[in-house]
Amino acid sequence: MVEIHLHTYLVYLQYNIQKIDVNSTKPFFDEMFGRDDILRQPYRNYQKWIDDEDIRRLRKKSAEAEAYFRSTGITFNVYGQEEEAERLIPFDVVPRIISGYEWNRLTRGIIQRVKAMNAFLHDIYHRQEILKAGRIPVELIAENEVFVPQMIGVAPPGGVYTHIVGVDIVRTDENQFYVLEDNARTPSGVSYMLENRETMLQMFPELFSTNRVQNVSDYPKSLHRSLSACAPPACNGKPVVAILTPGIHNSAYFEHSFLADQMGAELVEGNDLKLVEGRICMRTTQGFTPIDVLYRRVDDEYLDPLTFNPRSLLGVPGVMDVYRSGGITLANAPGNGISDDKAIYSYMPDIIEFYTGEKAILENVPTWRCSEPEALSYVLDNLPDLVVKEVHGSGGYGMLVGPAASKREIRTFATKLKRKPANYIAQPTLSLSTVPVLTRQGLAPRHVDLRPFVLVSPGKIDIMPGGLTRVALKKDSLVVNSSQGGGTKDTWVLED
Amino acid sequence: MLGKTAGGLFWMFRYLERSENIARLVNAGFRIALTRFDAADDEWASVVETTGVKTLYLEQHQQFDAASVIDFLLRDKTNPSSVISVVEAARNNARLVRASLTREVWEATNNCWMTLKSALARPVKERELPEVLDTIRKHSAQVRGALHGTMLRNDIFNFARLGTFLERADSTARILDVKYYVLLPSANYVGSSLDNVQWETILRSVSAMRSYRWLHKGDISPMGIADYLIMDHRMPRSLAFCYAKIQDNLRYLSDDYGFKTPCHDIAESVYARFSGQRIDAVFDIGLHEFIEEFLHDNAALYDQIERDYRFYE
Repeated sequence: MVEIHLHTYLVYLQYNIQKIDVNSTKPFFDEMFGRDDILRQPYRNYQKWIDDEDIRRLRKKSAEAEAYFRSTGITFNVYGQEEEAERLIPFDVVPRIISGYEWNRLTRGIIQRVKAMNAFLHDIYHRQEILKAGRIPVELIAENEVFVPQMIGVAPPGGVYTHIVGVDIVRTDENQFYVLEDNARTPSGVSYMLENRETMLQMFPELFSTNRVQNVSDYPKSLHRSLSACAPPACNGKPVVAILTPGIHNSAYFEHSFLADQMGAELVEGNDLKLVEGRICMRTTQGFTPIDVLYRRVDDEYLDPLTFNPRSLLGVPGVMDVYRSGGITLANAPGNGISDDKAIYSYMPDIIEFYTGEKAILENVPTWRCSEPEALSYVLDNLPDLVVKEVHGSGGYGMLVGPAASKREIRTFATKLKRKPANYIAQPTLSLSTVPVLTRQGLAPRHVDLRPFVLVSPGKIDIMPGGLTRVALKKDSLVVNSSQGGGTKDTWVLED
Repeated sequence: MLGKTAGGLFWMFRYLERSENIARLVNAGFRIALTRFDAADDEWASVVETTGVKTLYLEQHQQFDAASVIDFLLRDKTNPSSVISVVEAARNNARLVRASLTREVWEATNNCWMTLKSALARPVKERELPEVLDTIRKHSAQVRGALHGTMLRNDIFNFARLGTFLERADSTARILDVKYYVLLPSANYVGSSLDNVQWETILRSVSAMRSYRWLHKGDISPMGIADYLIMDHRMPRSLAFCYAKIQDNLRYLSDDYGFKTPCHDIAESVYARFSGQRIDAVFDIGLHEFIEEFLHDNAALYDQIERDYRFYE
């Protein structure tokens, strides 16, 4: 590059200065400039565009995007905070760009993994061959609170357990991807994938004529088709699909209502539903209408007070009986937690091999199970370098990020860990890749992860070319969770 | 459509209508306070009474002074009928039924809430009051404009309109209920300056001062005002007008659904009191009695709509 526009050069330089700064302590793979400050192929057209961009215009666009998110009400609720209970997830205007080639590899790995998860769930709730074969310990299932005995022997319509899956993936190098965790219960975030893209299309239409970005906006249509394909035996005619939400105070309510709207499905709460003549029906202005497929965004525990938590007001009394008798499809199936539990996670490579006969295409992060004595003692000796997670935790709560923790925090955590080792797993601190984000000073590198969304129907697995990129907006931070100050970005998968 | 959605639409628009009506009442009270010093406190008392929260107010305040009343009606969250409370309730209902709203209607409602939340974050100073009241009215009008300009004319629209007109009829009737005595044809008061103030306030409370003058060439009479607010089909806040609209929307629903429900009978019997009737008939029954009965039946109509279209159970 002989000629560089002066302004861009500044942007470019700032990005590099900060990057060098970071590199001086920890080496990270940057998705725009690699490890050696050489512009990577997927970002080539974007780089040309940003060459001519004024940083002030970008900042103005960024403020516009925020105003748009607010007036659209794309917010999430923060539990336990009285004031400003509805917050925005910060949106970064620099896209994260993935090549078609990279994507295809990820796709193959994800399909393999999701197939194995479904096979595993069916097996665990039926013949339990994998336990008989001794590939995973029996107590891991038997003593696991996310195992749902009520699902034993139940055949979900179409044999599908995991209708919607979110697979969290991180990257640490040019060719190194890891699956950080699987989400086979009620993965959220897809509305951000869609709204982030809409926002980018509005703000920077010119970028989409110079970059061949694969479309994600058909997701609601695919979701509707995929759910309809799993209709229960009792369905006659066109399947009626509804989304079950815990209500407007739930942190993901926006997403529930967004998806209902986009799919043309009804958004129902437990108190809209009633058991009428063996079917779960919704109360309408003209009477009671049976539901065929219920995309429920309510946890297993609250789904049916007659089967699970008797004090739940969010669910529908009797829905499990109707489900077992083929009167309704529940998506995702109850009891899926046993496939995405953090204690099971470390066995995923074995699970994949057992059901597909192939080696896992996507790697797992090396994991120490603190339930095992040798692992525990290693973890206790190396806490400052490890990330320790609760087996049933989510949202970044209750975890220890060793390198970022104070000595005191580490001591406190060690006490907790010793008290209940089986409750924890530990992983090395990964050098998550960075991508540029817009900051006050210009572009700067921040760490990211990626959650692609997968739809499963009988004989078919669809993956949207894109996903939710979460970004740790705080400099050097590795925690991308929105509840912990993370933001999101539009994720581009280019056509090759 | 879900029964809950019908209820959510109904209440969303009922609450939005209420926010606007409260702003009108405060505006009328404020105008009196600025122009007729001796009548001010009585006027604020009747404003509070009209909004139906007098008992609650007296639990917290001793007097009906302008600052306390304005604060209570605009921004007190312990008052379920304060502007901030009803706008928040309207927006919560909008979130509940969001999939039934166009983007324009949702955004107008959400912007209304965001703007008023910040405009009413601190007590409103006297000099800011006109502007704040204006903001409330404008935002309510924006939602209505978006509704008319962008929504399909189907059951969604009908439930929204039913909420609007039940609330509006209730509000106009309450204004008459609190002030009915100044409209009685009692010779003692005719022409006294007190009555002129009260008549003016009534008209201002329904934003009808100018239109009334225009229609009646400046001739203000108690019977004329009662006629205007009860019987006049041209006046968009009159009881007759509201019930004609309620009738229309219920009819669209029964045409659409192919069945009638008991609420249709209630609406018809109430409407019969206005259709082809003259105001003399109202005074024959007694204005107060007429209004009391109307308020009762208007509430009964709501209960029946709620049951017939399964808003809750």
